[in-house]
Amino acid sequence: MMHTILKDVRPTRDEYESLMAARHTPEVHEKLKEGKVAIAGLGGLGSNISVMLARIGVGKLLLVDFDVVELSNLNRQHYDLTHLGMLKTDALKAQLNKINPFIETEICALKVSEENLMTVFNDYPIVCEAFDNPQYKAMLVNALLEQGDKKIVAASGMAGFDSANNIRTKQRFKNLYVCGDFKTPVQEGAGLMAPRVEVCAAHQANMVLRLLLNIKKA
Amino acid sequence: MIVNGKEIVLQKEISVMDFLKKEGYDVTKVAVEKNGDIIPKKNFEAEMLSDIDKIEIVSFVGGG
Repeated sequence: MMHTILKDVRPTRDEYESLMAARHTPEVHEKLKEGKVAIAGLGGLGSNISVMLARIGVGKLLLVDFDVVELSNLNRQHYDLTHLGMLKTDALKAQLNKINPFIETEICALKVSEENLMTVFNDYPIVCEAFDNPQYKAMLVNALLEQGDKKIVAASGMAGFDSANNIRTKQRFKNLYVCGDFKTPVQEGAGLMAPRVEVCAAHQANMVLRLLLNIKKA
Repeated sequence: MIVNGKEIVLQKEISVMDFLKKEGYDVTKVAVEKNGDIIPKKNFEAEMLSDIDKIEIVSFVGGG
């Protein structure tokens, strides 16, 4: 049978979801639809993780970042020229809504601190650490592990253009998974570039997907 | 003591803080689990490590 694709006609929720269930199997689709995932930091990692999780139909996403989109972000972050100067939370929510309007996206344009983080992430059993600064990465991971019982999927080491094959997912603690090459910081001659950053983001998104399907192995 | 899967011989008990410094870690960029439980950062000075312990140290590098 020939499918006619009509331009500018939005699918209904039922059409969208039945196609997704057919692609992913109904069991997987239902589990993802019930998923609640927070993304802390909407830069190269977080913006790309969010897009992937929206595409596979994770039911509820929390997008957290206090910053605005700058020109220097476009070499790796999921934004374009029309987003310059916008809050990353707003720019990303608008994009996710165009990709999958049938998931819920909550936004929080706050700087995360040890004091506010249990309030911010309260409803979310899985948190992606997608910050840039290593001290903030450590702060978030420590505070979440100390104060709560959440699964954290963090990232460490994805700068430069070393082999993509060195980026891996490891379960380091009971509730902590880390993706990356674990060693390459941002430095002179090894800046952040789309390919390795996106490989790392995809590792994080895939680990989240596995956790939502109750697979704990990295 | 087992550190990140490798055996290290400890001559005597040492605090988490002193061990991290001795091994060259930047304590502002790490998370540490001892025998399966997270060690709160505020306890790094007081928490002692002995030869029977198994610890995991995650050290973050920048970029995201």
